[in-house]
Amino acid sequence: MLETHDLTIRFGGHVAVDRVSCRFEAGTLTAIVGPNGAGKTTYFNLISGQLPATEGRVTLDGEDITSLPAPLRTRRGLGRAFQLTQLFPNLSAQENVRLAVQAREQGRGRAGGWGGIDFWRVWSDHGAWTDEALHILAGVRLADKAALPVAALPHGDQRKLEVALLMALDPKVYMFDEPTAGMSVDEVPVVLDLIRSLKSRRDRCILLVEHKMDVVSELSDRIVVLHNGQLVADGEPRAVIASPVVQQAYLGLAGDEEPVPAGGTATPAGAHERTHR
Amino acid sequence: MSALPTARPDPAAGHLGQRAAAPLLSLRGVHTHIGAYHILHGVDLEVPEGQVTMLLGRNGAGKTTTLRTIMGLWAASSGELAFRGESIRGLGVPDIALRGIAYVPENMGIFTDLSVQENMLLAARGARHAQQLDQARLDWIFGLFPALHKFWLYPAGKLSGGQKQMLAVARAIVEPRSLILIDEPSKGLAPSIVQNLIRAFGELKRQRTTILLVEQNVAMARALGDRVAVMDDGRVVHAGAMADLAADEALQQRLLGLSLGAHA
Repeated sequence: MLETHDLTIRFGGHVAVDRVSCRFEAGTLTAIVGPNGAGKTTYFNLISGQLPATEGRVTLDGEDITSLPAPLRTRRGLGRAFQLTQLFPNLSAQENVRLAVQAREQGRGRAGGWGGIDFWRVWSDHGAWTDEALHILAGVRLADKAALPVAALPHGDQRKLEVALLMALDPKVYMFDEPTAGMSVDEVPVVLDLIRSLKSRRDRCILLVEHKMDVVSELSDRIVVLHNGQLVADGEPRAVIASPVVQQAYLGLAGDEEPVPAGGTATPAGAHERTHR
Repeated sequence: MSALPTARPDPAAGHLGQRAAAPLLSLRGVHTHIGAYHILHGVDLEVPEGQVTMLLGRNGAGKTTTLRTIMGLWAASSGELAFRGESIRGLGVPDIALRGIAYVPENMGIFTDLSVQENMLLAARGARHAQQLDQARLDWIFGLFPALHKFWLYPAGKLSGGQKQMLAVARAIVEPRSLILIDEPSKGLAPSIVQNLIRAFGELKRQRTTILLVEQNVAMARALGDRVAVMDDGRVVHAGAMADLAADEALQQRLLGLSLGAHA
């Protein structure tokens, strides 16, 4: 469904994402893990169009979308929830979600492009969109806070709202960037249940950047490891978690007593056991 | 990894050891309003010196607001806040910081146009030049967060999300503090770095640094917490020893709606 071909971005001399080729199928949840600064969020930015690729291509259902701006990629079915929340702070939670529902419906009704705003349709569908927004908010247990402006919501609720927006858009490809960071422990299962229910539909492609390894090993069908911008491991979760690159570079388990060089570049031995394909 | 160098005495730690029994920080009946919203409804909280006090509770319980009220970022509308027995209510943020209280906010609050080094310099009360930073302490910090050494002279805005979080924590520990208020330090950090953080806070604690920690990482809460305060609806609804809460599953279910053991 989604594929990157030698996807690369350079910032000056720094190669943040280095020739990453990877294919993501519908019905599969792929976790993307790696040390801080490995390039995980940058890779997401290249896929969703927040950053322009220096080299390489992104294809969605076989179609090259590398040169499309982010909003048009969203229209083709790429949906993204951000590591740092991106919401309309002065609108209510419900209005935020309703806008996402509206964007989805109008996008579907008018696949050719933006055109104009159909005010009659906005008027007639308004009630249905509002109802759906409420239903989605109930799914992330925010129904009782639907009327509050986003600015008044605590951080964890804003993260849940971000997940609700993605559910409202219902894209073909769901991209989650640390969806549970900043949520209190009793609320994490709410979001994990939603991701699990998405998975059970078997028709959506799900990409998940996540540091909590219990979440990763429970939810993912496959794990991809990025390190220094390169794809260094890719495979079935248990095998990848057991690999030296994950054990040492990421979990810090093996070689725990090994001093981290103060002047080092944090490149552990064995990290390049597998370079790009 | 290099060990935490022995701390120079904190210039603000005037009465160290003189009031062993009195808490370093105490809040009595603190109310805070943010705009039209009444967030804290009479918070009572004691933070004993030289220990880690965990502040737990659901989203919206008032944990972040409590930290911001202590730091003076929100004004308490009533109640008492005392640090070393002296009221700090109504003091400006700089005055509170100068008493040796550091704050790691949830949104990190780093200066993206300044270099990593400049961000660290701004956080150190005594230093005006990089040469004035305590080199042994910096080496300790670089051991915890190697990425900060690698990007020392880069604009902090170029750091990844997790690296920014490392910088936010590093600023709070760049010099000895009397009290560190931390809002979810483990958020967005790779597991190996979370392990480094647990080790670092353990070392700080052994040097009598007092820490008030909001954290959702259960492993971290259990490994570090001496005391625990649980908040709900803008109040502290339970306070006690972390070990007692960790041993009492029924209490965990009632206070937190979950069992800590299930996530350990």
